[in-house]
Amino acid sequence: MNRSHRHGAGSGCLGTMEVKSKFGAEFRRFSLERSKPGRFEEFYGLLQHVHKIPNVDVLVAYTDVHGDLLPINNDDNYHKAVSTANPLLRVFIQKKEEADYSAFGTDTLTKKKNVLSNVLRPDNHRKKPHIVISMPQDFRPVSSIIDVDILPETHRRVRLYKYGTEKPLGFYIRDGSSVRVTPHGLEKVPGIFISRLVPGGLAQSTGLLAVNDEVLEVNGIEVSGKSLDQVTDMMIANSRNLIITVRPANQRNNVVRNSRTSGSSGQSTDNSLPGYPPQAEPSFEPEDEDSDEDDLVIEDNGAPQQIPKAVPNAESLESLAQVELSLESAQNGFVPSGEGSLAPVASGASTEFEARVPDRKLLEEDGTIITL
Amino acid sequence: MRRFLRSGHDPSRERLKRDLFQFNKTVEHGFPHQPSALGYSPSLRLLAIGTRSGAVKLYGAPGVEFMGLHRENNAVVQVCFLPGQCQLITLLDDNSLHLWSLKVKGGVSELQEDESFTLRGPPGAAPSATQITVVLPHSSCKMLYLGTESGNVFAVQVPGFRALEDRAISSDAVLQRLPEEARQRRVFEMVEALQEHPRDPNQVLIGYSRGLIVVWDLRGSRVLCHFLSSQQLDSVCWQRDGRLIVSCHSDGSYCQWAVSADTQPLEPVRSCVPYGPFPCKAITKIFWLTTKQGLPFTIFQGGMPRASYGDRHCISVVHNGQQTAFDFTSRVIDFTVLSEVDPAAAFDDPCALVVLAEEELVVIDLQTAGWPQVQPPYLASLHCSAITCSHHVSNIPLKLWERIIAAGSCQNTHFSPMEWPIDGGTSLAPTPPQRDLLLTGHEDGTVRFWDASGVCLRLLYKLSTVHVFFTDSDPSEHLGAQGEDEWPPLRKVGSFDPYSDDPRLGIQKIFLCKYSGYLAVAGTAGQVLVLELNDEAAEHSVEQAEADLLQEQEGYRWKGHERLCARPGPVRFEPGFQPFVLVQCQPPAVVTSLALHSEWRLVAFGTSHGFGLFDHQQRRQVFVKCTLHPSDQLALEGPLSRVKSLKKSLRQSFRRIRRSRVSSRKRRPAGPAGETQEGGARAERAGLQNMELAPVQRKIEARTAEDSFTGFVRTLYFADTYLRDSSRHCPSLWAGTNGGTVYAFALRVPPAERRADEPVRAEQAKEIQLMHRAPVVGILVLDGRGVPLPEPLEVAHDLSKSPDMQGGHQLLVVSEEQFKVFTLPKVSAKLKLKLTALEGSRVRRVSAAHFGSCRAEDYGEHHLAVLTNLGDIQVVSLPLLKPQVRYSCIRREDVSGIASCVFTRHGQGFYLISPSEFERFSLSTKWLVEPRCLVDSAETKNHSRPRNGSGPEKGWGRARNSGSQSDGEERSPGTVMEHALLNDERVLKEIQSTLEGDRRSYGDWRSQQVAMRTRLSCCHSPSFRSGVSGPRVQAAR
Repeated sequence: MNRSHRHGAGSGCLGTMEVKSKFGAEFRRFSLERSKPGRFEEFYGLLQHVHKIPNVDVLVAYTDVHGDLLPINNDDNYHKAVSTANPLLRVFIQKKEEADYSAFGTDTLTKKKNVLSNVLRPDNHRKKPHIVISMPQDFRPVSSIIDVDILPETHRRVRLYKYGTEKPLGFYIRDGSSVRVTPHGLEKVPGIFISRLVPGGLAQSTGLLAVNDEVLEVNGIEVSGKSLDQVTDMMIANSRNLIITVRPANQRNNVVRNSRTSGSSGQSTDNSLPGYPPQAEPSFEPEDEDSDEDDLVIEDNGAPQQIPKAVPNAESLESLAQVELSLESAQNGFVPSGEGSLAPVASGASTEFEARVPDRKLLEEDGTIITL
Repeated sequence: MRRFLRSGHDPSRERLKRDLFQFNKTVEHGFPHQPSALGYSPSLRLLAIGTRSGAVKLYGAPGVEFMGLHRENNAVVQVCFLPGQCQLITLLDDNSLHLWSLKVKGGVSELQEDESFTLRGPPGAAPSATQITVVLPHSSCKMLYLGTESGNVFAVQVPGFRALEDRAISSDAVLQRLPEEARQRRVFEMVEALQEHPRDPNQVLIGYSRGLIVVWDLRGSRVLCHFLSSQQLDSVCWQRDGRLIVSCHSDGSYCQWAVSADTQPLEPVRSCVPYGPFPCKAITKIFWLTTKQGLPFTIFQGGMPRASYGDRHCISVVHNGQQTAFDFTSRVIDFTVLSEVDPAAAFDDPCALVVLAEEELVVIDLQTAGWPQVQPPYLASLHCSAITCSHHVSNIPLKLWERIIAAGSCQNTHFSPMEWPIDGGTSLAPTPPQRDLLLTGHEDGTVRFWDASGVCLRLLYKLSTVHVFFTDSDPSEHLGAQGEDEWPPLRKVGSFDPYSDDPRLGIQKIFLCKYSGYLAVAGTAGQVLVLELNDEAAEHSVEQAEADLLQEQEGYRWKGHERLCARPGPVRFEPGFQPFVLVQCQPPAVVTSLALHSEWRLVAFGTSHGFGLFDHQQRRQVFVKCTLHPSDQLALEGPLSRVKSLKKSLRQSFRRIRRSRVSSRKRRPAGPAGETQEGGARAERAGLQNMELAPVQRKIEARTAEDSFTGFVRTLYFADTYLRDSSRHCPSLWAGTNGGTVYAFALRVPPAERRADEPVRAEQAKEIQLMHRAPVVGILVLDGRGVPLPEPLEVAHDLSKSPDMQGGHQLLVVSEEQFKVFTLPKVSAKLKLKLTALEGSRVRRVSAAHFGSCRAEDYGEHHLAVLTNLGDIQVVSLPLLKPQVRYSCIRREDVSGIASCVFTRHGQGFYLISPSEFERFSLSTKWLVEPRCLVDSAETKNHSRPRNGSGPEKGWGRARNSGSQSDGEERSPGTVMEHALLNDERVLKEIQSTLEGDRRSYGDWRSQQVAMRTRLSCCHSPSFRSGVSGPRVQAAR
């Protein structure tokens, strides 16, 4: 390996890049044009071709500069792999049915040798069981703590993502009073609290909410001054993508600020969060905008279709503004994370619908996500 | 970028908003809820009513209304005007006195509270010592005499409310000045009656509850004479000349006493128990009124035989051998008699008896033989039978208006021809710019048509749907009740009748087409009636059809009420709206939505099971659609099982509480006996505390498709729009359900010449499922300019611009949570406003309205008027869905108020503030119906002088503008009939005749109105009339 490495370095010219691909015990070497790597599908086809496994579903992975074994399964991480390969791109191919997911990801920096040897010698059994992390294509948005960097440490913003689960949201709220520091000293003000969690419900299973947490905001809108019924209605109306900011009753488990670097992708730079506080423009928080609204239409007794968003025309200032907003948010660092199988896109989905994909599921690659 | 586009930051838009929107609660229509006191000023000719909630309302000539509210929400016990003044005194049940006055400000009188006062006794005195029982405003207008429970009479100076101790008449002082023989018994106790001598202001009559009556000389502080009755005293009355006193007593008797300074009568001149000889109830108030003819009127309240008629609320009138006991439908609060005002006149000559009962005001004409009732122009009892729904129709064509009035006048023949006798004050309000109808549906199956154009809500016509059905009530029962020589001579008066024969008759939805005169009415048992206005009485049979909304649904069991049984064969109908088609939904669930299209001759109706479309020309069902979700068990079983399940769940929750108590006790660890007991007690206490302190919880759960009542049809809408392709528009029917589903059906209505033969066809074209699944409360199609499509036949009448069929149409779907605009014909989401997600409020009612600007004559915008579950009223712009303004209008706890709200097409609205009162509010700067009136004490000196509206002119500017502006709008360009889909010759003729009707001069319509015995007071002044008729004529040209 070292030899080939040196060899690659020696023969490395500007335009091409060497690829060393391993499937089982077989190696293949070929080169790619660094500037025009092409699409992932083409690369995948090429791998199947060079290994002569045309109809076998495989998982493709590579080792990055830190020695982490990372998957290649879409254009983005393929391009990333190509751009960071220096000078050689090492590719590991596994059959999907015998794939070892545990090899991917975390902490491979310190246990590089170990992981690599694990991958290289799959029959080498580990002593301790790894946590199984599924493949990124199986990822879906999950409930998480978000906006850690812009909130006070005493507060916690939790996103309850109901997508794909049959669990009910499963919590109750009640009226109560909390003590606030005001210009006139301490004051008792009415507040809304979580009163009960339904066993087995989403709220309980995430572990992010607890009884007696005070609800401060719902989807960016402050609840102070609103009645219990109003807050209930707001939560139900936002139930497909509910973001509640709470002051946890138990303040000992707060996320400590600046701990982000310890995350798995601490070095990656594409997970910056928008710098503005979302409550400034609560109603237009991008994730609030469209991901939750997929009304269906059945035309002439045909199959149900998701209703596409109308193409903005010049007359409509409103829709114009919406498009501008989504562009703005993209500039703010929401790098579209690619084609997830987030929604079961109907076969008849129009182009407008696809055009909308980038501004959905924006926060899912957030480094501070705590996944449970 | 967006930040700058938001409406809140645009100063010119803000300015425009101020010109367009303004929130006012303008007037309360109907009968005050829980009235508790009545007052009348003969000089001002104003009636005052106090209520248990502390409101004071004054009424004079039609349109003259004032409202005042005490800061303390205590019941008003007494209301009395200061003689000859624009001032009145109210006594509340917290024993406080309040002085109110009518002050002229800016040309209009306003009622305001000046000061208040609470009578204080000497320190240490019992509170009853100062508990006021009677208030007597002295004719000098400087003094109030207050009779109290202790028997003392206090004197208080007004204004200023200064107690004058030297003028007080204590019971001791009276006792000392009584002759020896009268002092023996305990004659005092509380003061029941306090009356000034009709001729001599220095004499006051004091009646004590034990039966002693004294005439007190104010100047000499002595007893002029005294009368001692053996019975408890209830009230007294002077004869006009002061020579006779009539007292009434708790045993149902009344006595006449001759007053003379010389002899002291020991016995009454005459004593009589009118409904004896068996024990009678007390006579609580009596009037003794003289007439020119000689024989007096005796009018008294109560006195009925205790055993057989003790529960009746009666006022008896006795005159010239005639006696009638008017039997009221509810408790009599108070009554008064209108008679000669001039104190110098020799006789009372009573003209009318005004009775304030708990639920209605009844005025009886005492001058016409038979003492008929007078129809009040205001204070209508809206709740004669409970209101179940309401519907507002703006701008009624004159032709229809006249026909409805004519139909109504046939129903009002039993009323007296007397002019409304309470006619104080002058109404300065402008003539309403248009004719508006408010239709209320009632529990007893009637629909009442109210004139809602002006300040007075007046009943025009009452429609009953009962005759179509067999009911339990037997009509002969009512006839048999009145025998010839019945004693006591009872006569039922009043219209309040809250007892419904059959709750299934209740009206739930009303839809009136003002151009064609077609009316659709739907009720509780799934009945849908289509009615047509007919000026003649007719006998015909009603076509019947059944709409099976379930179709082939399996496993169905309806446990609710049965459907109504219709009368077969011809039925005789009065002139007015006569039913010709009856569709009965099966299962007979409440009709929850209704739409009528008079041009296409179609009626659509929906229940909790589905909806149907009926062709009322061919009398044929076009289609039905079941909207039930298979798992919707509640809807399947009907309303009764729902009640049962509630009961069951209550029972379960009680069991759960009991169980938890028991288990908490059991769980206590076994320790020393005392400790256990103590612990148990503590646990119980804690449990109790927990129960009391357990806060209200709300479950947070996403709506799922399995929620019950998703199939409930909330809204139906007809539109001529591009449903299928963008080149051809076609008739369509839209339906929205409780589960957030919208169905669209393309209709094929054959052209007029083949309309009677070819069937109407319908085909489902679209179905939209809103993912948030909130109930759909409104569907609207906007034309190419973003303006809501006009009503059917509206364009044909040249009252609306024809819709823009060129540009793309848009569909607006309003759910309880969101407003969404979709493009048509290809449904794609364009805009939305997520109301609930942002504010936590939900849409309860929504209606498109036109808002005119108060500055620019011809400027106006179409917007949505929205009522939320928090009682807030919002305006949301069309077509961009931007919130414009928000006002809090109804208390959020007032569920019935929010449920009863109805918007008009011009930014006004009504909601029920009590079962009997509509509050009218206005969101528009331009359309404002509010009382503007002037009461002048100088003017009243000569009230018979014809008022000619010489009131100040400046108040009219805006109002007059509004009249002309509205006409200007009607004048809007648009060629007559060009765009009308009129292919029916008859409709065309009808329209033409209506237009001609409109063209008639305003004077005609006025004379018609006068013939209907309505009085619009000053509005008839020549100058004003020309001001209004000017633009009107122009409009017609």
